[in-house]
Amino acid sequence: MASRKSVWVAAAGLAGAAAVVHRSRTHASAPTSPDRWLTVTVNRDPSDVQADKLPSPLHDYGDRIETRISAAPGDRGTELAVRLTEPQPVATESMAARLAGADPRQDLRLALREAKALLETGEVMRPDAPTTHNTPGGRLVGLLSRRAGGEGVL
Amino acid sequence: MKALCWEGVNKLAVEEVPDPVLHNDQDVIVRVIAGTTCGSDLHLIGGYIPFMRSGDVIGHEFIGEVVEVGTGVRRHAVGDRVVVSSFVGCGRCWYCTHDMWSLCDNTNTNPGIGQALFGADTAGIFGYSHAMGGLRGSHAEYVRVPYADYGAFKVPEGVDDTSALFVSDSVPTGWMGADLAGVKPGDVVAVWGCGAVGQMAARAAILLGAERVISIDRIPERLEMTERHIGSEVIDYTATDVGAELRERTGGRGPDVCIEAVGMEAHSDNTLVHAYDQVKQRLRLQTDRPTAVRQAIHACRKGGTVFVLGVFAGAVDKFPLGAVINKGLTVRGAQQHGQRYIPMLLDRLAAGDLSTAHLATHSVSLDEAPRAYDMFKQKTDGCVRAVIRPNG
Ligand SMILES: NC(=O)c1ccc[n+]([C@@H]2O[C@H](COP(=O)([O-])OP(=O)(O)OC[C@H]3O[C@@H](n4cnc5c(N)ncnc54)[C@H](O)[C@@H]3O)[C@@H](O)[C@H]2O)c1
Ligand SMILES: [Zn+2]
Ligand SMILES: [Zn+2]
Repeated sequence: MASRKSVWVAAAGLAGAAAVVHRSRTHASAPTSPDRWLTVTVNRDPSDVQADKLPSPLHDYGDRIETRISAAPGDRGTELAVRLTEPQPVATESMAARLAGADPRQDLRLALREAKALLETGEVMRPDAPTTHNTPGGRLVGLLSRRAGGEGVL
Repeated sequence: MKALCWEGVNKLAVEEVPDPVLHNDQDVIVRVIAGTTCGSDLHLIGGYIPFMRSGDVIGHEFIGEVVEVGTGVRRHAVGDRVVVSSFVGCGRCWYCTHDMWSLCDNTNTNPGIGQALFGADTAGIFGYSHAMGGLRGSHAEYVRVPYADYGAFKVPEGVDDTSALFVSDSVPTGWMGADLAGVKPGDVVAVWGCGAVGQMAARAAILLGAERVISIDRIPERLEMTERHIGSEVIDYTATDVGAELRERTGGRGPDVCIEAVGMEAHSDNTLVHAYDQVKQRLRLQTDRPTAVRQAIHACRKGGTVFVLGVFAGAVDKFPLGAVINKGLTVRGAQQHGQRYIPMLLDRLAAGDLSTAHLATHSVSLDEAPRAYDMFKQKTDGCVRAVIRPNG
Protein backbone atom coordinates (compact mmCIF):
# COMPACT_ATOMS: atom_id res chain seq x y z
CA MET A 1 0.00 0.00 0.00
CA ALA A 2 1.56 3.23 -1.17
CA SER A 3 -0.02 5.25 1.59
CA ARG A 4 1.90 3.31 4.21
CA LYS A 5 5.06 4.64 2.66
CA SER A 6 3.94 8.20 3.16
CA VAL A 7 3.10 7.56 6.78
CA TRP A 8 6.74 6.55 7.17
CA VAL A 9 7.71 9.80 5.52
CA ALA A 10 5.81 11.58 8.26
CA ALA A 11 7.36 9.32 10.88
CA ALA A 12 10.72 10.32 9.53
CA GLY A 13 9.51 13.91 9.74
CA LEU A 14 8.65 13.49 13.41
CA ALA A 15 12.03 12.01 14.11
CA GLY A 16 14.02 13.66 11.35
CA ALA A 17 15.14 16.47 13.57
CA ALA A 18 16.70 13.94 15.92
CA ALA A 19 18.56 12.27 13.07
CA VAL A 20 20.10 15.60 12.12
CA VAL A 21 21.42 16.01 15.64
CA HIS A 22 23.31 12.75 15.44
CA ARG A 23 24.77 13.38 12.05
CA SER A 24 26.01 16.86 12.66
CA ARG A 25 26.70 16.70 16.38
CA THR A 26 26.06 20.41 16.55
CA HIS A 27 23.92 20.14 19.60
CA ALA A 28 23.55 23.78 20.44
CA SER A 29 21.99 24.64 17.09
CA ALA A 30 20.00 21.45 16.54
CA PRO A 31 16.20 21.71 16.49
CA THR A 32 15.75 19.23 19.33
CA SER A 33 18.83 20.10 21.33
CA PRO A 34 18.24 19.31 25.01
CA ASP A 35 19.17 22.88 25.88
CA ARG A 36 16.51 24.32 23.62
CA TRP A 37 13.48 25.80 25.35
CA LEU A 38 10.10 24.27 24.55
CA THR A 39 7.82 27.22 24.08
CA VAL A 40 4.22 28.18 23.45
CA THR A 41 2.34 31.47 23.36
CA VAL A 42 -0.65 31.67 25.67
CA ASN A 43 -3.48 34.02 24.75
CA ARG A 44 -3.64 35.51 28.24
CA ASP A 45 -2.24 38.61 29.84
CA PRO A 46 1.24 38.10 31.41
CA SER A 47 -0.32 38.76 34.82
CA ASP A 48 -2.45 35.61 34.33
CA VAL A 49 0.55 33.36 33.65
CA GLN A 50 2.67 33.03 36.78
CA ALA A 51 5.51 30.58 37.29
CA ASP A 52 4.26 29.42 40.70
CA LYS A 53 0.63 29.14 39.59
CA LEU A 54 0.92 27.12 36.39
CA PRO A 55 -1.74 24.45 35.86
CA SER A 56 -1.14 21.03 37.28
CA PRO A 57 0.70 18.99 34.66
CA LEU A 58 3.41 21.62 34.45
CA HIS A 59 3.23 22.69 38.08
CA ASP A 60 3.97 19.11 39.17
CA TYR A 61 7.41 19.30 37.56
CA GLY A 62 8.51 21.61 40.38
CA ASP A 63 12.24 22.32 40.17
CA ARG A 64 12.78 19.60 37.56
CA ILE A 65 12.12 22.35 35.03
CA GLU A 66 13.21 25.90 34.42
CA THR A 67 10.47 28.30 33.38
CA ARG A 68 10.68 31.54 31.44
CA ILE A 69 7.64 33.82 31.06
CA SER A 70 7.55 37.01 29.02
CA ALA A 71 5.02 39.26 27.30
CA ALA A 72 4.54 38.37 23.62
CA PRO A 73 4.72 41.21 21.10
CA GLY A 74 1.58 43.13 20.19
CA ASP A 75 -1.67 41.51 21.30
CA ARG A 76 -0.30 37.98 21.22
CA GLY A 77 -0.43 37.25 24.91
CA THR A 78 2.34 35.62 26.90
CA GLU A 79 5.28 33.47 25.89
CA LEU A 80 5.74 30.48 28.17
CA ALA A 81 8.94 28.46 27.85
CA VAL A 82 10.17 25.47 29.82
CA ARG A 83 13.08 23.06 29.76
CA LEU A 84 14.33 20.23 31.90
CA THR A 85 16.90 21.30 34.49
CA GLU A 86 18.88 18.05 34.32
CA PRO A 87 20.83 17.39 31.13
CA GLN A 88 19.35 14.40 29.29
CA PRO A 89 21.37 11.54 27.75
CA VAL A 90 21.86 11.97 23.99
CA ALA A 91 20.17 8.59 23.44
CA THR A 92 16.79 10.04 24.43
CA GLU A 93 16.80 12.09 21.23
CA SER A 94 16.96 9.07 18.94
CA MET A 95 14.07 8.14 16.70
CA ALA A 96 13.79 4.82 18.54
CA ALA A 97 13.51 6.53 21.91
CA ARG A 98 10.96 9.00 20.59
CA LEU A 99 8.83 6.33 18.94
CA ALA A 100 9.01 4.37 22.20
CA GLY A 101 7.86 7.47 24.08
CA ALA A 102 11.10 7.39 26.09
CA ASP A 103 12.22 10.98 25.49
CA PRO A 104 11.32 12.93 28.65
CA ARG A 105 10.85 16.06 26.56
CA GLN A 106 7.72 14.44 25.08
CA ASP A 107 5.96 14.45 28.44
CA LEU A 108 7.13 17.96 29.10
CA ARG A 109 5.91 19.18 25.72
CA LEU A 110 2.55 17.56 26.41
CA ALA A 111 2.37 19.20 29.84
CA LEU A 112 3.23 22.55 28.27
CA ARG A 113 0.49 22.21 25.67
CA GLU A 114 -1.99 21.14 28.32
CA ALA A 115 -1.05 24.13 30.47
CA LYS A 116 -1.71 26.43 27.52
CA ALA A 117 -5.09 24.81 26.80
CA LEU A 118 -6.10 25.01 30.48
CA LEU A 119 -5.06 28.65 30.77
CA GLU A 120 -6.91 29.54 27.59
CA THR A 121 -10.03 27.37 27.68
CA GLY A 122 -10.23 25.77 31.11
CA GLU A 123 -9.98 22.25 29.72
CA VAL A 124 -7.79 19.92 27.68
CA MET A 125 -9.76 18.56 24.76
CA ARG A 126 -9.75 14.76 24.88
CA PRO A 127 -9.82 12.57 21.76
CA ASP A 128 -12.87 10.43 21.03
CA ALA A 129 -12.83 6.78 22.05
CA PRO A 130 -11.45 4.87 19.06
CA THR A 131 -13.68 2.93 16.66
CA THR A 132 -10.69 1.46 14.82
CA HIS A 133 -9.43 -2.07 14.33
CA ASN A 134 -5.84 -2.98 13.69
CA THR A 135 -4.23 -3.35 10.29
CA PRO A 136 -0.46 -3.06 9.71
CA GLY A 137 -0.74 0.46 8.24
CA GLY A 138 -3.26 1.39 10.91
CA ARG A 139 -0.96 0.32 13.74
CA LEU A 140 1.64 2.72 12.45
CA VAL A 141 -0.85 5.60 12.27
CA GLY A 142 -1.93 4.60 15.79
CA LEU A 143 1.65 4.72 17.06
CA LEU A 144 2.28 8.10 15.45
CA SER A 145 -0.98 9.43 16.93
CA ARG A 146 -0.06 8.20 20.40
CA ARG A 147 3.26 10.00 20.22
CA ALA A 148 1.89 13.08 18.43
CA GLY A 149 0.70 14.71 21.66
CA GLY A 150 4.27 15.07 22.89
CA GLU A 151 6.01 15.49 19.55
CA GLY A 152 6.46 18.44 17.26
CA VAL A 153 8.58 21.44 16.59
CA LEU A 154 7.67 23.52 19.64
CA MET B 1 -25.00 2.87 16.95
CA LYS B 2 -24.44 2.65 13.20
CA ALA B 3 -21.73 4.66 11.48
CA LEU B 4 -20.05 4.97 8.09
CA CYS B 5 -16.45 3.81 8.42
CA TRP B 6 -13.36 3.99 6.25
CA GLU B 7 -12.09 0.46 5.76
CA GLY B 8 -9.17 1.04 3.39
CA VAL B 9 -8.51 2.83 0.12
CA ASN B 10 -11.85 3.16 -1.73
CA LYS B 11 -13.60 0.95 0.84
CA LEU B 12 -16.43 2.23 3.02
CA ALA B 13 -18.71 0.16 5.23
CA VAL B 14 -21.57 0.76 7.63
CA GLU B 15 -20.59 -0.64 11.02
CA GLU B 16 -21.75 -0.90 14.58
CA VAL B 17 -19.59 1.33 16.84
CA PRO B 18 -19.94 2.40 20.49
CA ASP B 19 -22.10 5.50 21.06
CA PRO B 20 -20.09 8.68 21.60
CA VAL B 21 -19.87 10.04 25.14
CA LEU B 22 -19.08 13.43 26.67
CA HIS B 23 -15.31 13.57 27.24
CA ASN B 24 -15.10 17.23 28.28
CA ASP B 25 -17.39 19.62 30.14
CA GLN B 26 -17.72 21.87 27.09
CA ASP B 27 -18.94 19.02 24.81
CA VAL B 28 -22.42 18.26 23.59
CA ILE B 29 -23.74 15.11 21.92
CA VAL B 30 -25.71 15.71 18.74
CA ARG B 31 -28.19 13.32 17.16
CA VAL B 32 -27.39 13.73 13.48
CA ILE B 33 -30.34 14.78 11.32
CA ALA B 34 -28.37 15.00 8.07
CA GLY B 35 -24.84 15.03 6.78
CA THR B 36 -23.42 15.30 3.29
CA THR B 37 -20.69 13.99 1.04
CA CYS B 38 -17.92 16.57 0.54
CA GLY B 39 -15.15 16.71 -2.06
CA SER B 40 -12.70 16.60 0.86
CA ASP B 41 -13.92 13.11 1.77
CA LEU B 42 -12.89 11.88 -1.66
CA HIS B 43 -9.26 12.72 -0.86
CA LEU B 44 -9.52 10.64 2.32
CA ILE B 45 -11.36 7.77 0.71
CA GLY B 46 -8.85 7.61 -2.15
CA GLY B 47 -5.96 7.30 0.30
CA TYR B 48 -4.41 10.68 -0.50
CA ILE B 49 -4.37 11.61 3.17
CA PRO B 50 -2.56 8.60 4.62
CA PHE B 51 -3.48 9.09 8.25
CA MET B 52 -6.66 7.04 8.30
CA ARG B 53 -7.17 3.86 10.29
CA SER B 54 -9.58 1.18 9.36
CA GLY B 55 -12.77 1.73 11.33
CA ASP B 56 -12.51 5.54 11.39
CA VAL B 57 -15.93 7.21 11.12
CA ILE B 58 -16.01 9.83 8.32
CA GLY B 59 -18.24 12.87 7.63
CA HIS B 60 -17.78 16.50 8.72
CA GLU B 61 -20.64 18.59 7.30
CA PHE B 62 -23.80 18.13 9.36
CA ILE B 63 -26.87 19.37 11.16
CA GLY B 64 -28.48 17.74 14.16
CA GLU B 65 -30.29 18.01 17.45
CA VAL B 66 -28.55 18.45 20.79
CA VAL B 67 -29.37 15.46 23.00
CA GLU B 68 -26.81 15.76 25.82
CA VAL B 69 -24.99 18.76 27.23
CA GLY B 70 -21.76 18.95 29.26
CA THR B 71 -21.72 20.89 32.54
CA GLY B 72 -19.57 23.67 31.04
CA VAL B 73 -21.86 24.39 28.09
CA ARG B 74 -23.56 27.82 28.33
CA ARG B 75 -25.19 28.51 24.97
CA HIS B 76 -26.94 25.23 24.17
CA ALA B 77 -29.69 23.10 25.62
CA VAL B 78 -31.14 19.69 24.84
CA GLY B 79 -33.47 20.01 21.87
CA ASP B 80 -31.58 22.77 20.03
CA ARG B 81 -31.43 22.24 16.26
CA VAL B 82 -27.86 23.11 15.38
CA VAL B 83 -25.58 23.31 12.39
CA VAL B 84 -21.97 22.57 13.38
CA SER B 85 -18.79 23.96 11.83
CA SER B 86 -16.67 21.17 10.34
CA PHE B 87 -13.60 22.65 12.08
CA VAL B 88 -13.49 22.62 15.86
CA GLY B 89 -12.37 25.90 17.45
CA CYS B 90 -11.75 26.48 21.17
CA GLY B 91 -12.94 30.09 20.90
CA ARG B 92 -10.20 31.49 23.14
CA CYS B 93 -6.77 30.94 21.60
CA TRP B 94 -5.23 33.82 19.63
CA TYR B 95 -6.37 32.33 16.30
CA CYS B 96 -9.99 31.81 17.34
CA THR B 97 -10.20 35.27 18.88
CA HIS B 98 -8.89 36.65 15.57
CA ASP B 99 -11.52 34.73 13.56
CA MET B 100 -9.06 32.22 12.09
CA TRP B 101 -10.92 29.24 13.47
CA SER B 102 -9.39 26.49 11.33
CA LEU B 103 -6.03 27.47 12.81
CA CYS B 104 -7.14 26.87 16.42
CA ASP B 105 -4.25 25.93 18.72
CA ASN B 106 -6.20 23.67 21.07
CA THR B 107 -8.37 21.24 19.10
CA ASN B 108 -6.03 18.89 17.27
CA THR B 109 -5.10 16.20 19.77
CA ASN B 110 -2.31 14.94 17.50
CA PRO B 111 -0.36 18.18 17.06
CA GLY B 112 2.96 16.47 16.34
CA ILE B 113 1.77 15.22 12.96
CA GLY B 114 0.76 18.66 11.64
CA GLN B 115 3.93 20.14 13.06
CA ALA B 116 6.03 17.60 11.17
CA LEU B 117 4.04 18.01 7.94
CA PHE B 118 3.32 21.75 7.90
CA GLY B 119 5.55 23.31 10.55
CA ALA B 120 2.52 23.90 12.80
CA ASP B 121 -0.58 22.01 13.86
CA THR B 122 -4.00 23.26 12.77
CA ALA B 123 -7.49 22.82 14.17
CA GLY B 124 -9.21 19.45 14.55
CA ILE B 125 -11.92 18.44 12.06
CA PHE B 126 -14.67 15.89 12.41
CA GLY B 127 -13.92 12.63 10.60
CA TYR B 128 -10.84 13.84 8.81
CA SER B 129 -7.93 11.55 9.72
CA HIS B 130 -5.56 11.29 12.63
CA ALA B 131 -3.42 14.09 11.18
CA MET B 132 -6.37 16.40 11.92
CA GLY B 133 -7.02 15.04 15.40
CA GLY B 134 -8.80 11.76 14.70
CA LEU B 135 -12.22 13.01 15.88
CA ARG B 136 -15.11 10.81 14.90
CA GLY B 137 -17.07 11.86 11.86
CA SER B 138 -20.74 12.77 11.56
CA HIS B 139 -21.99 10.02 9.26
CA ALA B 140 -23.31 8.27 12.34
CA GLU B 141 -26.44 8.34 14.44
CA TYR B 142 -24.69 10.49 17.05
CA VAL B 143 -21.57 12.62 17.24
CA ARG B 144 -19.72 14.37 20.04
CA VAL B 145 -19.15 18.10 19.47
CA PRO B 146 -16.29 19.59 21.55
CA TYR B 147 -16.35 23.33 22.39
CA ALA B 148 -19.99 23.37 21.33
CA ASP B 149 -20.60 26.91 22.58
CA TYR B 150 -18.36 28.07 19.74
CA GLY B 151 -18.90 25.52 16.94
CA ALA B 152 -22.63 24.74 17.07
CA PHE B 153 -25.18 27.31 15.89
CA LYS B 154 -28.93 27.31 16.41
CA VAL B 155 -30.74 27.18 13.08
CA PRO B 156 -33.48 29.84 12.67
CA GLU B 157 -37.05 28.48 12.53
CA GLY B 158 -37.67 29.39 8.91
CA VAL B 159 -34.63 27.56 7.55
CA ASP B 160 -35.12 23.90 6.64
CA ASP B 161 -32.66 21.11 7.52
CA THR B 162 -31.32 20.52 4.03
CA SER B 163 -30.66 24.21 3.35
CA ALA B 164 -28.95 24.71 6.71
CA LEU B 165 -26.82 21.58 6.37
CA PHE B 166 -24.42 23.14 3.85
CA VAL B 167 -23.75 26.08 6.17
CA SER B 168 -21.62 23.64 8.15
CA ASP B 169 -18.79 23.54 5.60
CA SER B 170 -19.30 24.19 1.89
CA VAL B 171 -21.05 27.59 2.17
CA PRO B 172 -18.58 29.17 4.61
CA THR B 173 -15.71 27.72 2.59
CA GLY B 174 -16.91 29.37 -0.60
CA TRP B 175 -17.73 32.60 1.22
CA MET B 176 -14.31 32.69 2.84
CA GLY B 177 -12.62 32.28 -0.54
CA ALA B 178 -14.36 35.33 -1.98
CA ASP B 179 -14.05 37.34 1.24
CA LEU B 180 -10.39 36.69 2.00
CA ALA B 181 -9.46 37.09 -1.67
CA GLY B 182 -10.81 40.62 -1.26
CA VAL B 183 -13.57 40.47 -3.91
CA LYS B 184 -15.11 43.94 -4.30
CA PRO B 185 -17.50 45.78 -6.59
CA GLY B 186 -16.16 45.99 -10.13
CA ASP B 187 -14.10 42.80 -9.93
CA VAL B 188 -14.17 39.99 -12.44
CA VAL B 189 -13.92 36.69 -10.57
CA ALA B 190 -13.16 33.25 -12.02
CA VAL B 191 -13.92 30.10 -10.04
CA TRP B 192 -12.46 26.69 -10.87
CA GLY B 193 -14.80 23.83 -9.90
CA CYS B 194 -18.61 23.76 -9.91
CA GLY B 195 -19.03 21.47 -6.92
CA ALA B 196 -20.83 22.83 -3.87
CA VAL B 197 -17.71 24.72 -2.77
CA GLY B 198 -17.10 26.38 -6.12
CA GLN B 199 -20.77 27.27 -6.53
CA MET B 200 -20.86 28.88 -3.10
CA ALA B 201 -17.66 30.82 -3.84
CA ALA B 202 -19.25 32.12 -7.04
CA ARG B 203 -22.44 33.09 -5.20
CA ALA B 204 -20.43 34.86 -2.50
CA ALA B 205 -18.49 36.79 -5.15
CA ILE B 206 -21.76 37.98 -6.67
CA LEU B 207 -23.14 39.01 -3.26
CA LEU B 208 -19.89 40.85 -2.49
CA GLY B 209 -20.45 42.96 -5.59
CA ALA B 210 -18.35 41.35 -8.32
CA GLU B 211 -19.17 42.74 -11.74
CA ARG B 212 -18.84 39.36 -13.46
CA VAL B 213 -18.33 35.84 -12.16
CA ILE B 214 -17.18 33.04 -14.45
CA SER B 215 -17.21 29.41 -13.28
CA ILE B 216 -15.18 26.62 -14.86
CA ASP B 217 -15.84 22.86 -14.91
CA ARG B 218 -16.44 20.11 -17.44
CA ILE B 219 -19.54 18.37 -16.09
CA PRO B 220 -22.54 19.62 -18.10
CA GLU B 221 -25.18 19.34 -15.37
CA ARG B 222 -22.94 21.17 -12.88
CA LEU B 223 -22.27 23.95 -15.37
CA GLU B 224 -25.98 24.22 -16.06
CA MET B 225 -26.80 24.27 -12.34
CA THR B 226 -24.21 26.98 -11.69
CA GLU B 227 -25.62 29.14 -14.43
CA ARG B 228 -29.20 28.69 -13.28
CA HIS B 229 -28.99 28.68 -9.48
CA ILE B 230 -25.92 30.81 -8.88
CA GLY B 231 -26.22 33.31 -11.70
CA SER B 232 -22.62 32.85 -12.84
CA GLU B 233 -21.32 32.65 -16.40
CA VAL B 234 -19.66 29.31 -17.15
CA ILE B 235 -16.86 27.79 -19.21
CA ASP B 236 -16.55 24.12 -20.13
CA TYR B 237 -12.80 23.65 -20.01
CA THR B 238 -12.94 20.60 -22.28
CA ALA B 239 -14.56 22.67 -25.01
CA THR B 240 -12.19 25.61 -25.14
CA ASP B 241 -8.87 27.03 -24.00
CA VAL B 242 -9.65 28.45 -20.56
CA GLY B 243 -6.85 31.04 -20.56
CA ALA B 244 -7.79 32.38 -23.98
CA GLU B 245 -11.49 32.38 -23.13
CA LEU B 246 -10.90 34.30 -19.90
CA ARG B 247 -8.68 36.85 -21.68
CA GLU B 248 -11.34 37.35 -24.31
CA ARG B 249 -14.05 37.90 -21.69
CA THR B 250 -11.93 40.34 -19.65
CA GLY B 251 -10.55 42.74 -22.23
CA GLY B 252 -7.25 40.87 -22.22
CA ARG B 253 -6.60 41.54 -18.52
CA GLY B 254 -7.53 38.24 -16.93
CA PRO B 255 -9.74 37.90 -13.83
CA ASP B 256 -8.97 40.15 -10.84
CA VAL B 257 -9.59 37.25 -8.48
CA CYS B 258 -9.20 33.54 -9.25
CA ILE B 259 -10.68 31.04 -6.78
CA GLU B 260 -9.65 27.40 -7.00
CA ALA B 261 -12.25 24.95 -5.64
CA VAL B 262 -11.00 21.70 -7.14
CA GLY B 263 -8.29 20.26 -4.91
CA MET B 264 -5.59 17.66 -5.03
CA GLU B 265 -7.29 15.25 -7.43
CA ALA B 266 -7.80 17.75 -10.23
CA HIS B 267 -8.51 16.41 -13.67
CA SER B 268 -6.49 17.72 -16.61
CA ASP B 269 -7.21 17.97 -20.30
CA ASN B 270 -3.52 17.93 -21.10
CA THR B 271 -2.92 14.18 -21.17
CA LEU B 272 0.81 14.43 -20.85
CA VAL B 273 0.79 16.74 -17.83
CA HIS B 274 -2.01 14.76 -16.23
CA ALA B 275 -0.15 11.46 -16.68
CA TYR B 276 3.00 13.03 -15.27
CA ASP B 277 1.16 14.38 -12.23
CA GLN B 278 -0.65 11.12 -11.66
CA VAL B 279 2.49 9.01 -11.81
CA LYS B 280 4.26 11.32 -9.40
CA GLN B 281 1.25 11.30 -7.10
CA ARG B 282 1.10 7.49 -7.16
CA LEU B 283 4.79 7.27 -6.35
CA ARG B 284 4.29 9.87 -3.64
CA LEU B 285 6.95 12.07 -5.26
CA GLN B 286 4.26 14.71 -5.20
CA THR B 287 1.23 14.24 -2.99
CA ASP B 288 -1.17 16.45 -4.92
CA ARG B 289 -2.21 17.29 -8.51
CA PRO B 290 -2.37 21.09 -8.76
CA THR B 291 -3.78 21.43 -12.30
CA ALA B 292 -6.37 24.10 -11.54
CA VAL B 293 -4.03 26.09 -9.29
CA ARG B 294 -1.47 26.31 -12.09
CA GLN B 295 -4.14 27.40 -14.54
CA ALA B 296 -5.52 30.01 -12.13
CA ILE B 297 -2.07 31.50 -11.61
CA HIS B 298 -1.52 31.76 -15.35
CA ALA B 299 -4.94 33.26 -16.03
CA CYS B 300 -4.97 35.80 -13.19
CA ARG B 301 -4.48 39.45 -14.11
CA LYS B 302 -1.27 41.23 -13.11
CA GLY B 303 -1.41 42.14 -9.44
CA GLY B 304 -4.47 39.93 -8.89
CA THR B 305 -5.27 37.39 -6.20
CA VAL B 306 -5.46 33.58 -6.39
CA PHE B 307 -7.25 31.87 -3.54
CA VAL B 308 -6.81 28.13 -3.05
CA LEU B 309 -9.88 26.55 -1.44
CA GLY B 310 -9.23 23.03 -2.74
CA VAL B 311 -7.56 20.79 -0.21
CA PHE B 312 -3.89 19.95 -0.69
CA ALA B 313 -1.99 17.79 1.74
CA GLY B 314 1.66 18.04 0.86
CA ALA B 315 4.02 18.90 -1.96
CA VAL B 316 3.30 19.84 -5.58
CA ASP B 317 5.47 19.90 -8.62
CA LYS B 318 5.80 22.46 -11.42
CA PHE B 319 4.41 25.27 -9.32
CA PRO B 320 4.56 28.44 -11.49
CA LEU B 321 6.45 30.57 -9.01
CA GLY B 322 7.77 32.72 -11.86
CA ALA B 323 4.26 33.88 -12.71
CA VAL B 324 3.57 34.66 -9.05
CA ILE B 325 6.53 36.95 -8.64
CA ASN B 326 6.65 38.51 -12.09
CA LYS B 327 2.91 39.24 -12.23
CA GLY B 328 2.92 40.43 -8.63
CA LEU B 329 0.20 38.02 -7.54
CA THR B 330 -1.16 37.41 -4.08
CA VAL B 331 -1.62 33.68 -3.50
CA ARG B 332 -3.61 32.66 -0.46
CA GLY B 333 -5.35 29.60 0.85
CA ALA B 334 -7.14 28.44 3.96
CA GLN B 335 -9.24 25.77 5.48
CA GLN B 336 -12.61 27.19 6.32
CA HIS B 337 -13.15 29.52 9.29
CA GLY B 338 -16.78 28.41 9.69
CA GLN B 339 -17.49 30.07 13.03
CA ARG B 340 -16.63 33.46 11.48
CA TYR B 341 -19.31 33.23 8.81
CA ILE B 342 -22.05 30.81 9.94
CA PRO B 343 -24.32 33.30 11.81
CA MET B 344 -24.25 35.74 8.86
CA LEU B 345 -24.87 32.89 6.39
CA LEU B 346 -27.86 31.59 8.36
CA ASP B 347 -29.29 35.12 8.28
CA ARG B 348 -28.77 35.31 4.53
CA LEU B 349 -30.46 31.92 4.07
CA ALA B 350 -33.40 33.08 6.16
CA ALA B 351 -33.56 36.32 4.14
CA GLY B 352 -33.45 34.38 0.88
CA ASP B 353 -30.40 36.00 -0.73
CA LEU B 354 -28.58 32.69 -0.59
CA SER B 355 -30.00 29.30 -1.47
CA THR B 356 -28.40 25.90 -1.10
CA ALA B 357 -31.19 23.34 -1.42
CA HIS B 358 -30.41 22.69 -5.10
CA LEU B 359 -27.05 21.18 -4.10
CA ALA B 360 -28.82 18.21 -2.50
CA THR B 361 -29.31 16.13 -5.63
CA HIS B 362 -29.69 12.87 -3.68
CA SER B 363 -30.95 11.82 -0.27
CA VAL B 364 -29.99 8.44 1.20
CA SER B 365 -29.99 6.41 4.41
CA LEU B 366 -26.76 5.47 6.20
CA ASP B 367 -26.93 1.97 4.71
CA GLU B 368 -26.93 3.48 1.24
CA ALA B 369 -24.03 5.84 2.01
CA PRO B 370 -21.21 3.70 0.52
CA ARG B 371 -23.08 3.60 -2.78
CA ALA B 372 -23.81 7.33 -2.57
CA TYR B 373 -20.11 8.07 -2.11
CA ASP B 374 -19.32 5.99 -5.15
CA MET B 375 -21.83 7.97 -7.18
CA PHE B 376 -20.46 11.26 -5.80
CA LYS B 377 -16.91 10.21 -6.63
CA GLN B 378 -17.76 9.15 -10.19
CA LYS B 379 -20.08 12.20 -10.59
CA THR B 380 -22.78 9.93 -12.01
CA ASP B 381 -26.54 10.46 -12.02
CA GLY B 382 -26.02 14.23 -11.80
CA CYS B 383 -24.81 13.90 -8.23
CA VAL B 384 -23.54 17.17 -6.73
CA ARG B 385 -24.12 16.34 -3.06
CA ALA B 386 -25.71 13.24 -1.53
CA VAL B 387 -27.44 14.01 1.76
CA ILE B 388 -27.08 11.17 4.25
CA ARG B 389 -29.77 10.76 6.92
CA PRO B 390 -28.41 8.43 9.64
CA ASN B 391 -31.59 8.49 11.66
CA GLY B 392 -33.92 7.97 8.72
N1 LIG C 1 -10.76 24.88 2.31
C1 LIG C 1 -11.72 24.22 2.95
O1 LIG C 1 -11.96 24.44 4.13
C2 LIG C 1 -12.54 23.24 2.21
C3 LIG C 1 -13.81 22.86 2.69
C4 LIG C 1 -14.56 21.98 1.91
C5 LIG C 1 -14.05 21.48 0.75
N2 LIG C 1 -12.81 21.86 0.33
C6 LIG C 1 -12.21 21.37 -0.91
O2 LIG C 1 -12.81 22.02 -2.00
C7 LIG C 1 -12.69 21.18 -3.15
C8 LIG C 1 -14.04 21.05 -3.83
O3 LIG C 1 -14.98 20.45 -2.97
P1 LIG C 1 -16.42 20.00 -3.54
O4 LIG C 1 -17.16 19.40 -2.43
O5 LIG C 1 -17.01 21.11 -4.30
O6 LIG C 1 -15.92 18.83 -4.51
P2 LIG C 1 -16.51 18.17 -5.84
O7 LIG C 1 -15.70 16.96 -6.08
O8 LIG C 1 -17.98 18.04 -5.75
O9 LIG C 1 -16.20 19.26 -6.96
C9 LIG C 1 -14.96 19.43 -7.60
C10 LIG C 1 -15.25 19.91 -9.01
O10 LIG C 1 -14.02 20.25 -9.65
C11 LIG C 1 -14.15 19.90 -11.03
N3 LIG C 1 -12.80 19.83 -11.62
C12 LIG C 1 -11.90 18.81 -11.61
N4 LIG C 1 -10.78 19.16 -12.26
C13 LIG C 1 -10.97 20.44 -12.68
C14 LIG C 1 -10.16 21.37 -13.41
N5 LIG C 1 -8.93 21.03 -13.82
N6 LIG C 1 -10.67 22.60 -13.68
C15 LIG C 1 -11.92 22.96 -13.27
N7 LIG C 1 -12.74 22.12 -12.56
C16 LIG C 1 -12.25 20.88 -12.28
C17 LIG C 1 -14.88 18.59 -10.98
O11 LIG C 1 -15.47 18.28 -12.22
C18 LIG C 1 -15.92 18.85 -9.90
O12 LIG C 1 -17.12 19.36 -10.40
C19 LIG C 1 -12.12 19.85 -2.66
O13 LIG C 1 -10.71 19.83 -2.84
C20 LIG C 1 -12.39 19.92 -1.18
O14 LIG C 1 -11.46 19.14 -0.45
C21 LIG C 1 -12.06 22.73 1.04
ZN1 LIG D 1 -15.90 19.51 3.52
ZN1 LIG E 1 -8.79 28.13 19.39
